[in-house]
Amino acid sequence: MELSDYFSQVFSDYTLRTITLGTAILGAICGMLGSFAVLRKQSLLGDAISHAALPGIAIAFLITGTKDTNVLLLGALVSGLIGTFWIRGMITKTHLKSDTALGLVLSLFFGFGMLLLTYIQKQPNANQAGLDKYLFGQAATLVESDVWLMAIVTSVCLVVLLLFWKEFKILLFDADYTKTLGFNTRFIDVLITFFIVLAIVLGLQTVGVVLMSAMLLAPAAAARQWTNKLSVMIVLAAIFGAFSGVFGTAISASQNNLSTGPVIVLVAGVFVLFSFVFSPGRGILFKQLRVYQNRRDLKLQKTLQFMFDIARTHEDISHPHAIRILNNFQGYTKATLQELIEKDWVSVSGQNWSMTEKGYDAAQNLYNKN
Amino acid sequence: MSKEKIAIRVDDLTVAYNYKPVLWDIDLEVPEGVLMAIVGPNGAGKSTLIKSILGIIDPIAGSVAIYGKPYEKQRKLVAYVPQKGSVDWDFPTTALDVVMMGTYGMLGWIKRPGTKEKKASLEALEKVGMLPFKNRQISQLSGGQQQRVFLARALVQDASIYFMDEPFQGVDATTEIAIINILKELRKAGKTVVVVHHDLQTVPEYFDWVTFLNVKKIATGPVRDIFNDDNLTKTYGINYKVAVNK
Repeated sequence: MELSDYFSQVFSDYTLRTITLGTAILGAICGMLGSFAVLRKQSLLGDAISHAALPGIAIAFLITGTKDTNVLLLGALVSGLIGTFWIRGMITKTHLKSDTALGLVLSLFFGFGMLLLTYIQKQPNANQAGLDKYLFGQAATLVESDVWLMAIVTSVCLVVLLLFWKEFKILLFDADYTKTLGFNTRFIDVLITFFIVLAIVLGLQTVGVVLMSAMLLAPAAAARQWTNKLSVMIVLAAIFGAFSGVFGTAISASQNNLSTGPVIVLVAGVFVLFSFVFSPGRGILFKQLRVYQNRRDLKLQKTLQFMFDIARTHEDISHPHAIRILNNFQGYTKATLQELIEKDWVSVSGQNWSMTEKGYDAAQNLYNKN
Repeated sequence: MSKEKIAIRVDDLTVAYNYKPVLWDIDLEVPEGVLMAIVGPNGAGKSTLIKSILGIIDPIAGSVAIYGKPYEKQRKLVAYVPQKGSVDWDFPTTALDVVMMGTYGMLGWIKRPGTKEKKASLEALEKVGMLPFKNRQISQLSGGQQQRVFLARALVQDASIYFMDEPFQGVDATTEIAIINILKELRKAGKTVVVVHHDLQTVPEYFDWVTFLNVKKIATGPVRDIFNDDNLTKTYGINYKVAVNK
């Protein structure tokens, strides 16, 4: 299938439509909540939670014996939450730093999950095949009810976000201060964390344990580059996430056998890369351009100042001087002189330059403005 | 200054991280309407004292009363200016937005700030001379400007008691004077202001009340009575000579 075929079939083909909708919604909710994780400097929390969810999937299967997605994801939710509270407990109760606590929970839970998966595979039960799809995800297994579940969770999350917008925002910026205003910061914190865990668990089926954190972080990191407003950042992150989902699905559907999860993550990565380079405010490209621009302006101003110092020693400010005398000045180049002439600050006749009225005024006000 | 009314009363406050006490059995009475400095060496527990009064840190013992009632019931009377370095100034928001956060406590849960809150925030920005920067992204403010924004956020709370954690840290002379003038205005309006302060030279000039702290409370009282070499030596452990203009 060609990429164009995908877009012509996406509205008519049931499977394609389901998968596309699912990955788009997933991308949107992950982008939204990922913004919170990024701004709270808890980027690695998502990674720890998704890995911590793995043993929950295995245990849910061992207990119920079914491979029903909802049951397995419920297990993932429980073990993800346990992992999260262990991390929080470790940070507050012991004096371990958060990166240590995250690393510990991530590897311990993931190790335990892998152990259970291999144990399950050794069981004489034909039903067990396919649990390992949760490692890297398999978007092709999405069915309509999965998409509905994602849509419902996303809507609830959106309502909560709008309702507690003010509280979320102030907690993200200054938690101690929020406490002194009388807000129950623990409640707000648990609410945010709960939704982050929920979003991660929803994504396990599609993107998998290993790559899930990228879904959370990449759209948010890209969005941060384009705006200095929290609300805009969250909306942008949701849009980037959704587009990653759609494009990722499109690419993987049109190139046979490319697994969807990694492609989605890579598309999100392209968003990040593009934003890092091309965003006007914070991007590398424009930052570098501004550096050059400033350097050029400075050279120009220094030369003008030097000329001004010479010109003002004369009664007539436009008294001509030899261009030669500029040669010893470090800021001077032929190009700067040309630019000064273009600005009508200096006029040149033969081997002499003279300052114009306009240039004199400009030089005088050079350091007066703030 | 009415010496009868006690604005802040701290009893037997003890705070410990692990086994090491950071604050030991602090008793403190701060009368209404004073501008008080808390001084002491690094690690003396100055910030910790403020944070445990405000309930940010849980003490292992002791109690705090604001105008005779437990702090939890009197939150609306108290405003806090944290250390500038305690937040990430790259957060995507504007100066005005940060000041508006000062109104969140009065609003309570869920309710959004409206025109009334915005007007109060603009006034507070005006008071600290930051009105021209109201729409500036906060990372693009200088250190002194960021401190002023924090001060404006506390002013908008219209509290009776202000706690400030090193408001003069890393600000230039102009900002320092601007801030101290606002603090003196607050005192004139009958407010009580408690400031963690580092520069001993300026204590007599800026403040009328002082608390010496080094894990234990060394002394507390009017600057003119107790700000002397004896107390400084007891607090800092080395022989201190400060020219007190008295």
